[in-house]
Parts: sequence; structure tokens; C-alpha cells
Amino acid sequence: MALGDLSSSSTSELHVLAVDDSIVDRKVIERLLRISACKVTTVESGTRALQYLGLDGDKGSSGLKDLKVNLIVTDYSMPGLTGYELLKKIKESSAFREIPVVIMSSENIQPRIEQCMTEGAEDFLLKPVKLADVKRLKELIMRGGEAEQEKTSNLIISSPKRILQNNFFFNIFFIITIIVIFIA
Amino acid sequence: MQRQVALIKQSLLDQGYLDEQFMELEELQDDANPNFVEEVATLYFKDSARLINNIDQALERGSFDFNRLDNYMHQFKGSSTSIGASKVKTECTMFREYCRAGNAEGCLRTFKQLKKEHATLRKKLEQYFQLARQAGPKETARRPK
Repeated sequence: MALGDLSSSSTSELHVLAVDDSIVDRKVIERLLRISACKVTTVESGTRALQYLGLDGDKGSSGLKDLKVNLIVTDYSMPGLTGYELLKKIKESSAFREIPVVIMSSENIQPRIEQCMTEGAEDFLLKPVKLADVKRLKELIMRGGEAEQEKTSNLIISSPKRILQNNFFFNIFFIITIIVIFIA
Repeated sequence: MQRQVALIKQSLLDQGYLDEQFMELEELQDDANPNFVEEVATLYFKDSARLINNIDQALERGSFDFNRLDNYMHQFKGSSTSIGASKVKTECTMFREYCRAGNAEGCLRTFKQLKKEHATLRKKLEQYFQLARQAGPKETARRPK
């Protein structure tokens, strides 16, 4: 795998999938994201979101799109699939579980927030969402993306100093690789 | 004319028809998107008209399905919050409280007030946007020819 492939996935423009049943809120979140230099796709339900991602069980659709979604922002209270249920489905999928999911809600209900964070939500935003929220979120995601890149690139370029910055799992993997090389 | 527009907006804020969220939305406008807030308002009034209709029909039926009414009002409150429609939002909150208390009389009373506030806001915002369009974009204020 050439290094070029790694850097091409991290263009500065994030693609965000925004899910909300309210047409007003969809318009606002779209604008907030566009101002923050994100590419935006909006859908009006959790079901449509799953369809878009190709997770709706229709095996044919997933291969069709060269889909690169960097962030999913979803309302919590939606008819049909709630934001929480959508979050669960995304975290259960091998293809999309790494994508950060942010929940939005007009209600500040602590157990709800905890439930979402426990399920793996990246953040929980109270509505009305502000530009400052989106900007902060974008920075968080971009930093996370850079860390992801460092991790992957380290498997190819062994850099002793960088090992210390990686997480535990990769450290072990790397050490074992070195030991195997030594033994061989 | 710019000043007139600003004064109208300030009075809407002072009288509590609108709150800071409306200002936040105005901050999102630029030369490429000069009518963003008006577009949001248009969507809001279209959507809320639908909700008012649904609630009217549900109330007319006489049998108070408080869950369903609360559901409609949750949506109504949500979009009202997003546009900064402060008085409407307050009525939505009260309506939901009456729903939770199973108070049909309270619901009817509050809904009447809500429709009134909604209609008033609609008229005031229509005036505001009309004037704002005539006044032209803020940064590049052109003199009338």
C-alpha cells in the first residue's frame, strides 16, 4: 500500500451525514456545516440514513457508492428509528463503526446523554445547535482523523519515537513484529 | 432604511417575539446566502401550519389523545426553538405541560393563544423581511437610485 493512498483519504473537507426529521433543523444544520467547510448530505430519518449507508439489508446498495462519510450527526427524537437506535446500528456495523456519531437533542436528559455516550456516541449536542458547537466538533474530528493516519502509517514506517504516541494495541502488535523479525 | 430594519428587529427582540437564536441565524447569512433566515422562516411557517392543522383536527375530534398531541407539540416546539420564536415556544411548553397533566381545557386554551402568537409573529416577520429585502444587504448598503 503506497503512502499516497493514506494521505488522499484525509482531504480537509469532511463529509457529514445529517439526520433530522425536522425540515427546519435540517436546513439550519446544513448551513452550519457548510459554513464550517463540510460537505453535507441530509436525510429525514434513521431509516433513510441506513439506506444511504447501505446498511438497510439491501446488499446491492452498499457497493454502489464510493461512500466516504466522516461524521454522522443525528437528532435523538425521531419517529421510527430514534437517533439512539441509529447509533446502535452504526456501531454494530463493521463498515461504519469507526465513524463518529454525534447526537442532537432539544432535551437535556442526563440518562439519555449517558445512554448515548455509553453506546459510543462521540458527543451530545443540545439544540439549538450553534456555529461554535459545529466548529468545535469539526476540530475534534479532524484531530481524530490525523491520529488515525499516524496510527496506520506507523505500521509501514517504523518510527521508534512514534510508538509512544500510539495506543496500547498497536504497541503490542509492533513489539511482537520486531521480536518475530529478530527470531527469524 | 437599514436603521428602520434594525429598529424593527430590536423591537421584536425586546417584546420577546424573537430570542438570540434568531440573531444566531442572521450571523449565518453572507453575500452568497443573503436570504437564509427568510428561507428558514418560510420553511418554519409552512411546517408549523401543517402541525397546527394536525392539532386542530385532533382537538376537533374531541377525544384527547394526549400522547399524540404532545408528540405534535414536541415537533412544534423544536422548530420554534430553532428559529428563535420565543413566545410561540413558551406556549408550546405550556401546552405540553397540560398534556402531561391530562388537562384538556388547558390544552384548548393554550392552543388558542399559541395560534394567536404564531399568526402575530408571521405577520411581523413578513413585514421585517420585506423591509430587509428593500433595504438591501447590510455590508454593501447601496443608495436608492
